Order: sequence, then C-alpha cells, then structure tokens
Amino acid sequence: MTGGSAKRSPGGFGASRTPSESAERLASRLGGRCLKLGDDVNTDILIPGRYLVSIDPAELAEHAMEPLGPDVQARLKAAEVVVAGRNFGGGSAREQASTCLIGAGIQAVVAVSFARAFFRNAINTALVAVECPEAVAAVQDGDELHVDVEHGVVAAASGEHAFAPYPEALRRIVEAGGLIPALARELEEARG
Amino acid sequence: MSARTFAVKQLERASGEDGLRPGDIVTAEPNLYMSHTASWRCIKTLERLPGWTLRHPERIAMVMDHVSPARTPKAAGFHRLCREFADTNGIETFYDVEAGISHLVLMGNGHIRPGQLIIGTDSHSTIYGALGALGTGVGYSELTAAWVTGTLWMKVPESIRVELGGELPPAVHPMDLMLKLIGDLGADGATYCSVEFHGGHVARMSVSQRMTLCNLAMELGAKCGYVPPDEVTDAYLAEAGVAPGDYEVLLPDEGAEYRQVVDVDCDGLAPHVACPHTVDNVRPIDEVAGTAAYVLEDANPRFAREVDVAAGDVLVAGRHFGQSSGRAIAVKALAATGVGCVVADSFARTFYRNAFEVGLPIVELEGVSAAVCEGDELVVDAEAGTVRDERTGETLQGRPTDPFLLDMLRAGGLIAMRRA
Repeated sequence: MTGGSAKRSPGGFGASRTPSESAERLASRLGGRCLKLGDDVNTDILIPGRYLVSIDPAELAEHAMEPLGPDVQARLKAAEVVVAGRNFGGGSAREQASTCLIGAGIQAVVAVSFARAFFRNAINTALVAVECPEAVAAVQDGDELHVDVEHGVVAAASGEHAFAPYPEALRRIVEAGGLIPALARELEEARG
Repeated sequence: MSARTFAVKQLERASGEDGLRPGDIVTAEPNLYMSHTASWRCIKTLERLPGWTLRHPERIAMVMDHVSPARTPKAAGFHRLCREFADTNGIETFYDVEAGISHLVLMGNGHIRPGQLIIGTDSHSTIYGALGALGTGVGYSELTAAWVTGTLWMKVPESIRVELGGELPPAVHPMDLMLKLIGDLGADGATYCSVEFHGGHVARMSVSQRMTLCNLAMELGAKCGYVPPDEVTDAYLAEAGVAPGDYEVLLPDEGAEYRQVVDVDCDGLAPHVACPHTVDNVRPIDEVAGTAAYVLEDANPRFAREVDVAAGDVLVAGRHFGQSSGRAIAVKALAATGVGCVVADSFARTFYRNAFEVGLPIVELEGVSAAVCEGDELVVDAEAGTVRDERTGETLQGRPTDPFLLDMLRAGGLIAMRRA
C-alpha cells in the first residue's frame, strides 16, 4: 500500500495489526502525509497519564497529543507518518504512547532519535519507528514520505534518505504484527 | 576473553550466551517481573493468548502501587482483577494497596538481589541497580510475554562510567548530583546505555542514596543503572532477610570498555533543580526564584495555580510524605503555594520538623489517604489532631500536636518564635 490512500481502521481491544497486514506493509512501502514535530516529544505529550485507564487504540487515539491542542490533534489524524527530532517518546515506559499513534492511523515514526522504552514499545506493537536524521532535516510538515523498512530507505520529495535497517530479530517481531500476535500464533500452532 | 562491563556480564548470565558485544540482541530470562496497578493490562493482554500458562509464577511480583488507593470504581475494579488473578494463579509475591512504593517494597522485602535481571512496567525500574541488579522498564505487552515464555528480547547496551570523587557538601544530596548530571549530559545523554556509578563517594553512600542515582539514571535515557555491591549492600540485604549465599554478585572487569567516562567532583556541588519543561533544564537553586510555581508539578503541573488560598485548601497525602532530602525549601515552597495545611498517613522525620519550623500546620493521621477523596471538604483541628470529612460526616482521629510545636506554629515558625 502506498500512502495517502484510505486510512486503516484501528484494531480491536489492545490489538495492533494482523500479521498478514504487517508483512504486506513491510514488503511494500508504507507512509503518506507527515506531521512534523520538534525535539523531546515525551510520553506525557503523546498520551497523558490520566488516559492510561484504557489500552484500546481507538479510545487512546482520541487523546493522543492532547497537550499540543486540537489543531495538532486534527493534523495527527490526517497524517500517516510522524516526523520528529531528538529523544522522541522520552519519559514513561507506557506502551500506550505507541498504541495511541497506531489508533490515530500512524504507520511510521521517523525521528532523529528515540527514547529506549518508546522504541521497544513501538517494535512490540508493530509501529514502524526508524531513526533517520537526514530525512527529518529534509522534510517539511505536511510532506508525503514513504518508509521502506526492508531496504532502509525513507523516500520523500527531497530524495532518498538511508537508515540502518532493523536487526533480523526485531524485523521478525514487526512482521508478525507485534510481540503478542507473534506469541499468540506460536501458542496456536503448539496447540495444533 | 575481553574485559566486560556489568551489563554485558549480566546479559551473558541471563541469556546463557558468551562473547556478547553492545548492539547484540539476545533472548534473556529475567529473574523477576514487576508490575504495579498496570498489572490489569497484562491480565487483559493474556486474553489474546490462546491456552496461555504462566512459565514461572514465582517470578511474578505485583505491587498495587501507582493508581493506589483507587479513586474511581473503575480503578477499584482493576485492583480486584489483579487480586483475584494472583489468588487464582498462585502468585505469592502480591502486595496490596497499603504496601507502599513498588520498587521499595520489593527491595526492602528481599525480592531483588545482586546480579539479577529484573524487568518492570515502570520506567524507573532502573532503581534495582542500587543493589547491583540490572533493572529496566518495559511495556505491558512484553511483561505479559515474559509471564508466558519466561523470556524477553534484550539489546546489549553500551556503558557509561560515572566516577564520583570527593564528598557532597552538607544539604547537597544525590538528587542534586543526578540533576547536575542530567543537565550536563542531557535527557538523552545515556539513551539505551547502562550507567555504572563508581568512585569513593559511591562506596560511602547508603542503599537509599544509591537508589536515587539508579532511579534517576532513567532520566538520562538509560536502560539501567548500577552500583557495585559491597558491604553496604550486604547489610541492607541481610536486613531484608537475604543471606550472602543467596546471591551471586556481578562486578565489571578491570579495563572494560566504556562509551564515555564522566568524572564528577562532589565537593563543589550545589543544590540543583530541574525547571520546566524538560528534565534536563537544570539550574542551581539560587538562580531559581519563586519555587512555589514548581511544587508538586510532577503530580499535577497546575497544582500551585489550583490551590485556593482563601479556602485554606488541605493537601492530603499517603505515607512518608516529604521523604528523601531534608531540604527546608520543600516545606517553604509548599507553604508559599498558600496551602493551609497538610494531612498525611505519615511524614518523613525531617519534613515533620521542617513544617513546624516554617510554620506550616500538618497533621499525621494513619489511613487518611484511603478515607478521603479528592475534593472533599475537610475541617482540620491541628491541636486535637482531628480531621472531619464533611462529605461522610466522619471525624478521624490522628496525632495531636505537641503544645510546644503548637506554640511554634502560632508564632509562625521557629525563627519567629525565637524573635518574639
């Protein structure tokens, strides 16, 4: 799927993506219009603590980036990619920081750097998160950009920007649609 | 074999692999999985795993801290879910809402040991480094996966070595030291790194002070913090009921490779504060005027603005209010917000002293934090030590105020009393 097309509807209770959906997405490019933010977008900005009573992506998406105001929230919902500066997702280890973006229809986050817990949570919920400072510097808010996870390329009007592809172990988790879907499939197979 | 850092040695132990290098990804077996009131998210996530079983129920540790006690029926329902799940599934390490702060409860009761790998659904799980364990924060999905598989993927981190030389001056605390470090290195200065604290000053620190170092290492973006275990650690563990034969200490090798070595001279340090809006916007306290604006901002950024001075708003808190540093500025800044009174289950000793010396009325009343809801109208009699809750009509009896301290309060504090 190439970006700018119909938005994927958020998954069910705590769900992220189906394995086939993720594999297909990784095999092709993913992306679309971007929302560009600055440095240090922390987890309190992504999803304030008072909303952690939910783990439903759709419910969480309603409050994603609420501290930045309704204008940013509307732009987030219209975007497929979040572009950000340094230390994206710093602060708490809350997984909902990733889930709320998935619920808002975000397919990928391209940042200069990620905080450790956010990066882990993104991988484990199959939200593509890549560090590509060159792309971040080159694109403007509202630009279209596409991420090719397999080949490690962010493509935009500004050109093609390379990033280090995921190690095999992490790529497998993302391809499986996240840690829990991967484990669910394993358990299903074990049961025959 | 080349010289290895603590993190490399620990992840070799936890994964059973040899020759690991930073950047490698391993499947590790944590010794303990800590979850707080967020445990309900793990229990709900299990519903997505057909035919799940718990690999090591004895490694699951739940502490009902964070959203505790429940303020809403929904939160109470989450607590009940956890309680029943623990009961049904033979989870013996279960501490309920009254137990205290999750990390302290587990460390103080002998659940955390040197050389172990501990994961927790809290970013500050780095605190377990104070006992020489590798503690790190994870999301609820991965914690749930560990419940079922007993394993989790881990990246072997690079390490930063912090050498603490000299001695902290009086009234300067490990908190100040860490804030200075966070200000110098930045909030992402140690992203994905293991931060080891070494040097003469660390050896003289208590476990509680070491907790501050390791807890705040996370604010540098660290995966984990670490203090080499020594006799101070042994004494703490002995008190927690853990015998020396029950753990195997891991120390970094001489000559191990560090990404960065940071030398800190404790002698010249002053108290520091982190100013809005990032944790690395750190300044010496003297440069910061009007501290009242920042009081309790981590709990509620609007706290200072929301205090209704005319109404004499009462701040209600749980156990050990004001613990850690003995800084009088904590009470002065709180008083400057216009809060009329503080009622808590218990106070740290220094805060209790400071409150009277500054002239801020406080009442110690065990159980008040559970009995009172936010927004209730309270009538406090500091002299009698009573609190009447107008919503319930109930009067709670706490600790009456000593006549000497009452005089100090009426005079407006210690200095005012001495001048009078």
